[in-house]
Amino acid sequence: MTNLWTDIRNTDLVVIMGGNAAEAHPCGFKWVTEAKANRGAKLIVVDPRFTRSASVADIYAPIRPGTDIAFLLGVINYCIANDKVQWPYVKSFTNAALLVKDGFGYKDGLFSGYDEAKRDYDKSSWDYQLDKQGFAAADDTLKNPRCVWNLLKTHVAAYTPELVERICGTPKDKFLKVAQTIAETSAPDKVMTSMYALGWTQHSKGSQNIRAMAILQLLLGNIGLRGGGMNALRGHSNIQGLTDIGLMSNLLPGYMAIPRDGEATLAAYLEKRTFKPLRPNQMSYFQNYKKFFVSFQKAMWGPAATAANDFAYDYLPKLDVPNYDVLRAFDLMYQGKLNGYVCQGFNPLLSVPNRKKVTAALSKLKFLVVMDPLDTETARFWENHGEFNDVDPAKIDTEVFQFPTTCFAEEDGSLTNSGRWIQWHWSGADAPGEARSDLWIMAQLHTRLKDLYLKEGGAFPDPIVKLHWPYKDPGSPTAEEVAREVNGYAIGPVMDPADPKKIILEAGKQVPGFAALRDDGSTASGCWIYAGSFTEAGNIMARRDNTDPGDAGLYPKWTFAWPANRRIIYNRASCDINGKPWDEKRKIIEWDDKAQKWAGYDVPDIAPTAKPGEVMPFIMNQEGVARLWVRDLMRDGPFPVHYEPFESPVANAMAPDIRGNPVARLFAGDKEQLGDVKEFPYVATSYRLTEHFHFWTKHVSVNAVLQPEFFVELGEALAKEKHIANGSWVRLWSKRGEVRAKAVVTKRIKPLICDGKPVHVIGVPLHWGFTGAAKKGYGPNSLTPFVGDANTDTPEFKAFLVNIEPIPAPAV
Amino acid sequence: MLDDLSRRQFLKGTGAGIAGSALGAFGFGDVEAAHAESIRPFKLARTVETRNTCPYCAVACGVILYAKPAEENAGKRKLLHIEGDPDHPTNRGTLCPKGAALLDFVRAPTRLTKPRYRAAGQTDFKEVSWDWALDRVTRLFKEDRDRNFIAANKAGVTVNRWNTTGFLAASATTNETAFVTYKMVRSAGGVILDNQARV
Repeated sequence: MTNLWTDIRNTDLVVIMGGNAAEAHPCGFKWVTEAKANRGAKLIVVDPRFTRSASVADIYAPIRPGTDIAFLLGVINYCIANDKVQWPYVKSFTNAALLVKDGFGYKDGLFSGYDEAKRDYDKSSWDYQLDKQGFAAADDTLKNPRCVWNLLKTHVAAYTPELVERICGTPKDKFLKVAQTIAETSAPDKVMTSMYALGWTQHSKGSQNIRAMAILQLLLGNIGLRGGGMNALRGHSNIQGLTDIGLMSNLLPGYMAIPRDGEATLAAYLEKRTFKPLRPNQMSYFQNYKKFFVSFQKAMWGPAATAANDFAYDYLPKLDVPNYDVLRAFDLMYQGKLNGYVCQGFNPLLSVPNRKKVTAALSKLKFLVVMDPLDTETARFWENHGEFNDVDPAKIDTEVFQFPTTCFAEEDGSLTNSGRWIQWHWSGADAPGEARSDLWIMAQLHTRLKDLYLKEGGAFPDPIVKLHWPYKDPGSPTAEEVAREVNGYAIGPVMDPADPKKIILEAGKQVPGFAALRDDGSTASGCWIYAGSFTEAGNIMARRDNTDPGDAGLYPKWTFAWPANRRIIYNRASCDINGKPWDEKRKIIEWDDKAQKWAGYDVPDIAPTAKPGEVMPFIMNQEGVARLWVRDLMRDGPFPVHYEPFESPVANAMAPDIRGNPVARLFAGDKEQLGDVKEFPYVATSYRLTEHFHFWTKHVSVNAVLQPEFFVELGEALAKEKHIANGSWVRLWSKRGEVRAKAVVTKRIKPLICDGKPVHVIGVPLHWGFTGAAKKGYGPNSLTPFVGDANTDTPEFKAFLVNIEPIPAPAV
Repeated sequence: MLDDLSRRQFLKGTGAGIAGSALGAFGFGDVEAAHAESIRPFKLARTVETRNTCPYCAVACGVILYAKPAEENAGKRKLLHIEGDPDHPTNRGTLCPKGAALLDFVRAPTRLTKPRYRAAGQTDFKEVSWDWALDRVTRLFKEDRDRNFIAANKAGVTVNRWNTTGFLAASATTNETAFVTYKMVRSAGGVILDNQARV
């Protein structure tokens, strides 16, 4: 989230699209209710199903799964055509005026530089025209046809309400009502918030769904304001934190990058990451990259990371592929190229698409380690459960270790919520039996591996045996010890950059924030964006002061929010170019002319003395402004484009020859497993129920009673056509597998007319398996394709093709 | 003084206050005392309270855990009740149908209590000791890493990667677990690393 849960109460308009907060995030949805009740805010819900969020919406618009970009580009087109643009914001704070290279273009669904054989682009034309100083050229009048504004205007012009209706199946009048309501928030004192979740990310163009809304929010001037922003709801309690800490193959903590094969030396690695400003006077804050990187290396390897060895640069592995994400991991496993796998929680047997492939892949492992508080399906993938897990254990040679772990109630530590609050929690009970914390298990795996290498030697032991491990009990670090390390500390005295003789931080002290980090090895910090969370003042994450100055909804002394305890990021953009709030009633910060600095309710997202008019609000960007057009930063294009899901009931209306996202990765064999509309005429989508959380709560007796068994949901029209009665049994199958379930026939899903034909949508909830207290059932991954988003590789769970037929009820 | 006053003491205090004032003033003093004797003590008054947050979605509602102290339960603190934290700015004491049933998650019959091992081709798990299991796993790590570690690629660039064993971090472990996991995996050269952000 750019903003935070409690801030939703400050909005004028909530758009829930790509999520279902009322059911999946009920206690957060309360702030939508507050905004409606207390300030007359409106709620728009765009969803294939009439969800419980939709049931309290002012406007509900149905949409075909996987067509959100067409819808959103349609709204952008509407706003531009009707001059519903927050012009001073767009002109000052976005790259609308910057000029793009002449070679860049777009035609028939593809941008310049497409290579069909590689399924990738040569992106060399995707950049600005640079002047002699290396700055991007601009035309502030927005008349130059090569400026971003005119490219955007041309790009979205095709997305008329008629085309939106044809692609999305959203009736034109509904679409126009939504577009008009959204467009009203272009007024400087009207603000809209976007709430989305996996309904947007789990598509082969998931990242571009979000880009499309971000562009719209920028045109309306809604980023950086109270009640505005782009707000990813996030499905799990610490997905934000695990990503912040960098637990992804391509990341270092704090959104730095793991080196790649082409970056042989530290100098070559840093050369690509100098982040020189692209406009005069701009901060381009990642210019400090080396400080964060060296401090991270010092946290990892302590005294073994020195200037002489490039701060142990070679101790980090280098990536030879774009990403070893979970799909690639399972594909490698399927090919027999992976020997061991460790699941720290997670439940991939039910979470990774194409379950048949997942089972075959796990069966080829030499060993599997599963750490979990609960008895998961993954840990028992080798066990026969009849039709629910039809395997022969005798044919599976995988050694499986099941490690019992503690749960939240039995451990200390911090979790980062969607609003970037890093909240500390305390152990309130003791673990059952011999269950141990994940922290203990990981420490044991490291220390035992280290002992083996010390005793026996082996392949390049240095990074293991020299790993900095400064814990009192090496076999059992405490959460507090690690939290201090993540925050960072001074190794030697840290000197004042303005006065090299003046010490600003003594050796051994906790750093107060990331501004104290240095690139000379005098500081260490596990994750630079978490600097400030555990300082000399103590554990800032444990703060519990719920006062709210100005009734702003920010609660600045409740826990710690990264970065720098900032509650609303880009908050500089809540003021106009001169530093005055766009809306006095929504003040967050403002420029104090007398004191010559920024101040207010929140930590300013700009240098405190940066003069308004000179330094622009988007300080992480080299341009200093927000990007309507993102240069070469996305694999599938600088603007979003409508692409159909890989399995779609209709051809792409813009470019009929393109299947799916033209640069999304397809592994050998998976393309052949994609289904066709002739064989699989219905669209299916996965979703959560309010009574369940993923595959955990089927172990909880209360929730297992509330929603005891797997079902699929279909509309009355399809049920009638296929002679399926409510509560009767059906078989649902895709090119990759089948499930058997009770049919729940509802009015919540209605056929959509797309390209002149009715499209039926079937809902597949995701909470059942073969362990726990609920009845045995299936998950959507028995059906879904093994393909992901072109940028993040998030699997396409939200739009795929199936067929359905009635079957007799199983014998009881 | 007020700062030191625990919720438990507060409950005890108010209870005594009611008996001694309002009801007493109506002349029911003796009846009230006898009645109070016959009621078992308020269960939560004997518990230890701890602040925590819900482990499910990322709203991260505040919760209060109530546990029977270790000395009353064979040396282990035992959870008796979980409720929403009214001081928490986001949920203000409310919980959803999942959070409201958290106690049954912590005490689920399918909670694991012992390390277990399933050998190749077998139809059952058997219980094993932590020492045995951790030693066996680290031995498997080392064998695989020593056999398949790639020190340099074909171009001669140092790459120091281990890409034949993968690690999948979850969704609800702490940031502190995450960082120690990061240290463990990357120091071994691990590149196959992901978390549950995508699903």
